[in-house]
Amino acid sequence: MYLYDEIDQKLVDERVAQFRDQTRRFLAGKLSEDEFRALRLRNGLYIQRYAPMLRIAIPYGLLSTRQLRKLAHIARTYDRGYGHFSTRQNLQLNWPKLEEVPDILAELATVQMHAIQTSGNSFRNTTTDHFAGVAQDEIVDSFAWCEVIRQWSTFHPEFSYLPRKFKIAVNGARSDRAAVAVHDIGLHAVKDAKSEVGFKVLVGGGLGRTPMIGFVIREFLPWPHLLTYLEAILRVYNRYGRRDNIHKARVKILVKERGPEKFREEVEAEWAHLKDGPSTLVAEEIARIERRFTRPSYAKLPAMDPGLEAALSSDRAFSTWHARNIFPHKRPGYAAVTLSLKKTGIPPGDVTADQMDRIADLADRYSFGELRVSHEQNLIFADVRQSDLHTLWREIKALGFATPNLGLLTNIICCPGGDFCSLANAKSIPVAEAIQQRFDDLDYLHDIGELDLNISGCMNACGHHHVGHIGILGVDKNGEEWYQVQIGGNQGEIRPGVTASLGKVIGPSFARAEMPDVIERLVDCYLERRDSDAERFIDVVGRIGVEPFKEFVYGNADQRSAHRRGQLATL
Amino acid sequence: MATLIKDRRIVADNWRLFKRGPAGELPEVPESGDVIVPLALWLGRREDFLAYPRKIGVWLDANEGPEAIAGEVERFAVIAVNFPKFGDGRGYSIARLLRERHGFKGELRAIGDVLHDHLYFMEQCGFDAFALREDQDPQAALSVFGTFSAGYQTSVLRPSPLFRRRLASGKP
Repeated sequence: MYLYDEIDQKLVDERVAQFRDQTRRFLAGKLSEDEFRALRLRNGLYIQRYAPMLRIAIPYGLLSTRQLRKLAHIARTYDRGYGHFSTRQNLQLNWPKLEEVPDILAELATVQMHAIQTSGNSFRNTTTDHFAGVAQDEIVDSFAWCEVIRQWSTFHPEFSYLPRKFKIAVNGARSDRAAVAVHDIGLHAVKDAKSEVGFKVLVGGGLGRTPMIGFVIREFLPWPHLLTYLEAILRVYNRYGRRDNIHKARVKILVKERGPEKFREEVEAEWAHLKDGPSTLVAEEIARIERRFTRPSYAKLPAMDPGLEAALSSDRAFSTWHARNIFPHKRPGYAAVTLSLKKTGIPPGDVTADQMDRIADLADRYSFGELRVSHEQNLIFADVRQSDLHTLWREIKALGFATPNLGLLTNIICCPGGDFCSLANAKSIPVAEAIQQRFDDLDYLHDIGELDLNISGCMNACGHHHVGHIGILGVDKNGEEWYQVQIGGNQGEIRPGVTASLGKVIGPSFARAEMPDVIERLVDCYLERRDSDAERFIDVVGRIGVEPFKEFVYGNADQRSAHRRGQLATL
Repeated sequence: MATLIKDRRIVADNWRLFKRGPAGELPEVPESGDVIVPLALWLGRREDFLAYPRKIGVWLDANEGPEAIAGEVERFAVIAVNFPKFGDGRGYSIARLLRERHGFKGELRAIGDVLHDHLYFMEQCGFDAFALREDQDPQAALSVFGTFSAGYQTSVLRPSPLFRRRLASGKP
């Protein structure tokens, strides 16, 4: 955890006072609906389908148990006793009362939390690899860099009214677990020949209505220049990004309309003025930030715990879970554990207040009082002793968080959809549940192997459907909910060689009731065409293309036109 | 006479602002008074202003850059920047560039959709005068300049970022 100093704390307290005053003026009729909207959004407060929604920031997904208990308390006191972990590693409350939001923010501030810039046309929460600091393939610990960016991007006086929202992701490991290619700016840590740290900088990626893979604006940016370079990109965007059309206002559109080369020239020209200026970072500052992070005091342990070895060979259910939900740790004798929030029947990412308290107790006992939220909407205990794994597994199993489905089809990324969100065209949670039910046979699920399935209820793509190996998008056709299916998307270079890519739509959309069948047919096609178990779904799509899958789902050309006729008849 | 917040005080505004006509047509070169004219009028009629007896100001719209008056900013007692809508943030960059890159030392005035809750960041970016939208309460707005006691980034008011000030203070 980064621990606030008195200045960090004061800023958050001052923000609470500012928002309290804004809410008071709105309720007194001194601020118009429209003006208050712009102000409340930069504090994560939406007015949703049934009630307001408050999005609480969890900077780069890192939480202490003290904070989690506070979130549980808030969910219980001010909401309906549960919260939803989002793909931006934040927590959303779906039923707060507008007039109580200032009090919620004041409670958050007591545990160094806030809802600053979780919405609105400004910088959003910077996200990163949920295994930062513990991964064996680490280049740098990305948390410190995320905190540098958090500070720089909080209340930036020049960039608080951008054309549109702006998302930055940082990856500090060799594998990209932060999806840097689909962010407005993606930073991938690299080391040069002299072992100096720098960043490969990508710009203009994103999902939503116009999905794009970011382009590399700079192969190697030495770390001291990080902030001045970001300022240069943001200044070009703030001045020239489109403001006439909300759907064309993201930086990716500016990059596309200018052309990447022209955009790079403009950024470099701006940077020439800012480079080596006062925002140039110094080693003492990075060291200061690193020192303010709490660190686990690891014990010296053997690389493989004998008790764990015995449990793995005697307890099959445990070993199945261990094979899927454990990530190897850079310290001998430790492991990173994923608590799956993807149990069938529970909306992905939802946790009750009581569960939050129980999770906090477990994290205190087994993982140094800290946990992480992943962008796949799961929770991570990053520093668990191998010798504790068997006991911990039994505890989280009792809580319903031990579904051994990490990386598998039922680990669905899913937005709240039409059940909650006023933007949605269609519901997404019931689709996720129906698919999870269809694939609830564990042996079958494990035989299918790695498969990312992502669902969004509208083209805003909060469920990251473009980068699912299978992506499902809710669409509206004459007031009815339909689902478009795409395949071949990939969130990032998690494995070498398979880079980030956007899925391709396989054809006309389906009714909700058809979805489990459609997914099953896609899986059948994959199972029939794969060379071996080692060849994953995404690899097969890469090798044989979309067409064979299309035929499997829709039949040949004749059958397809029959399908279309049938679909027309139902409209 | 309209009021203005200048240097965190409410003052009378003695300047006359010349806008474009309804079809975007430029006004004539004024004949008297301290005036703020559209950038395009200045650029197109520079010579006509040479003998102007009173003070001259120019105003930039959000899509106009300070580059157009680079090297001659000292001719203006006032430069105004228009905010067509409160959510349009281009003016913040324009202000910083005028102060930090083009060395403008005169009055930098925010005009247009200038609202209470935006003054704090505007001042940080170098504005020292605010022609509030008519429905705003200038007295109440004076309180917002103290909204935050610090800022992480560099700004016109705080040319050194917080991390440099923290390091200088020697605290961990």
